[in-house]
Amino acid sequence: MGYMLEIQNIYKTFNRGTINEKKALDGVNLNLNPGDFVTIIGGNGAGKSTTLNAIAGTWLVDEGKIIVDGTDITRLPEHKRAVYLGRVFQDPMTGTAATMSIEENMAIASRRGEHRGLGWGITRKEREEYKRQLKTLDLGLEDRLSSKVGLLSGGQRQAITLLMAAAKKPKLLLLDEHTAALDPKTAAKVLAISDKIIEEHNLTAMMVTHNMKDAIAHGNRLVMMHEGRIIYDVSGEEKKRLHVSDLLNKFEEVSGGEFANDRMMLS
Amino acid sequence: MVLDYFMSLDPMALLRAMPGTAAQGLIWGIMALGVYITYRILDFPDLTVDGSLATGAATAVMLIQGGMHPALSLVFALLAGMAAGFVTGILHTALGIPGILASILTQVSLYSVNLVIMGKSNQGISLTQQGLVASSRYVTADDSVFFFLKLILACLVLVAVVYWFFGTEMGASIRATGCNPQMARAQGINTDYAKVLALMISNGLVGLCGGVLAQYQGAADVNMGRGAIVIGLAAVIISEVIFGKLCAGRKIAFAYTLAAVFVGAILYYVAYALVLWFKMPSDYMKLFSALVVALFLAVPYLKEQRALKRRS
Repeated sequence: MGYMLEIQNIYKTFNRGTINEKKALDGVNLNLNPGDFVTIIGGNGAGKSTTLNAIAGTWLVDEGKIIVDGTDITRLPEHKRAVYLGRVFQDPMTGTAATMSIEENMAIASRRGEHRGLGWGITRKEREEYKRQLKTLDLGLEDRLSSKVGLLSGGQRQAITLLMAAAKKPKLLLLDEHTAALDPKTAAKVLAISDKIIEEHNLTAMMVTHNMKDAIAHGNRLVMMHEGRIIYDVSGEEKKRLHVSDLLNKFEEVSGGEFANDRMMLS
Repeated sequence: MVLDYFMSLDPMALLRAMPGTAAQGLIWGIMALGVYITYRILDFPDLTVDGSLATGAATAVMLIQGGMHPALSLVFALLAGMAAGFVTGILHTALGIPGILASILTQVSLYSVNLVIMGKSNQGISLTQQGLVASSRYVTADDSVFFFLKLILACLVLVAVVYWFFGTEMGASIRATGCNPQMARAQGINTDYAKVLALMISNGLVGLCGGVLAQYQGAADVNMGRGAIVIGLAAVIISEVIFGKLCAGRKIAFAYTLAAVFVGAILYYVAYALVLWFKMPSDYMKLFSALVVALFLAVPYLKEQRALKRRS
């Protein structure tokens, strides 16, 4: 069976030739098997979110190739890659349209990759389906289909964004620190929903996180990044046996003493 | 002196001016509907309208002079407006020019285009022209009631069409683009395409308004769109301030909002008529319009600032 995602030696430098030049990706290689759920950790500026953005097509990479399920998407514009991807962002505001209702947001997601014509934007049948899906979240949203998403809490918005990302069963689910802006209790709930959705649809997923406990507890594979490169990659039994202290040691090993200042310490 | 001034004001004159005022408000409401689409739905400050209004007017008048039926000429006024919107859209999306600047470039170039269409700075419609869709003559005619009924019906049809369109998949993709472009792209929406489309629809309505307005006034003038954006914004904002709370939370709130834009346009023209009735020099009208818009835009902002200050 082929890889679901192949990242081949990608490079990205921002603000090239200026004083703010920043080598964000420095030869990243990563292959994911279908059904893999990889968590990505690393310090600030390690290239975690940058890797996800490279896959999503927020900008084009300088070098290298990105292949999703056999399709080379390296040069595709963002909206065309969306067919293959489900995305949840760090900021709960980013994943949904605030002035549109819950059902309208979900209807937009369920047409990802399809032609958007002059048919009615949402059908009665869909409405029932959305209600059923929202009920599984257990957040009481199933009775608020026509509420504007802007009125909801961050956790509720992330949960809806997760449903939207999973609509159309994407080849790859990209979770970019999607619980970082939530309070611990809500974060735990959204993580549980993420796990459930990934398992239910048997999705291949990547989750960036600053929380090492989460990174160990979720997924079947863990990747650590540093200065635009993957420096550690564990999976299976080895990953299950990991402790936060192992990761901290590993991190200290590669970064010298500087990690003491890093946000990773907080988690 | 003051007494003389008030004695010289004739309430009947104001009353007599009202039908014409209402008709103008309804017609300008078509443009305000277009402005609503860019300003509110797409979140794009589109100044193309100052040019595309006259483009629609010029197109309609020249075609009528050439013998086309006035009603049919409006189709071409609409298309001319859409073409103007297309140019702004391409300047912005394909050529990466900031939105407001792209629209100014189109607006400026349209001045020349409009002169070319008309061959001179204004062109009239013959007084004996039959079949005009709207005319100030109809307002004073005996059967003016029918004219108003037709005009209101036409405006309601436009509201219905716009309401329907923004409920479709395509319309929803434009709304998502305006609200959150990043989300739209993540959901596979081509936001460039959505922006161009919205600009075309908006300016199509503006061109249509220009065509109707030219027929109403009996002439097209290269300067007739100057400051149109301010009138459009005024109508949108007045309708929001007055009807915002009324419309909120209703099942088809969006349809009410769109219809309220026409009421906003009428109210703007009522205020306009009042100012004229008070014998203010008409030279000050643009200043007055700009002040109205500035005021209505500033009040919600200042209210919020004060509320924030009180909280802290």
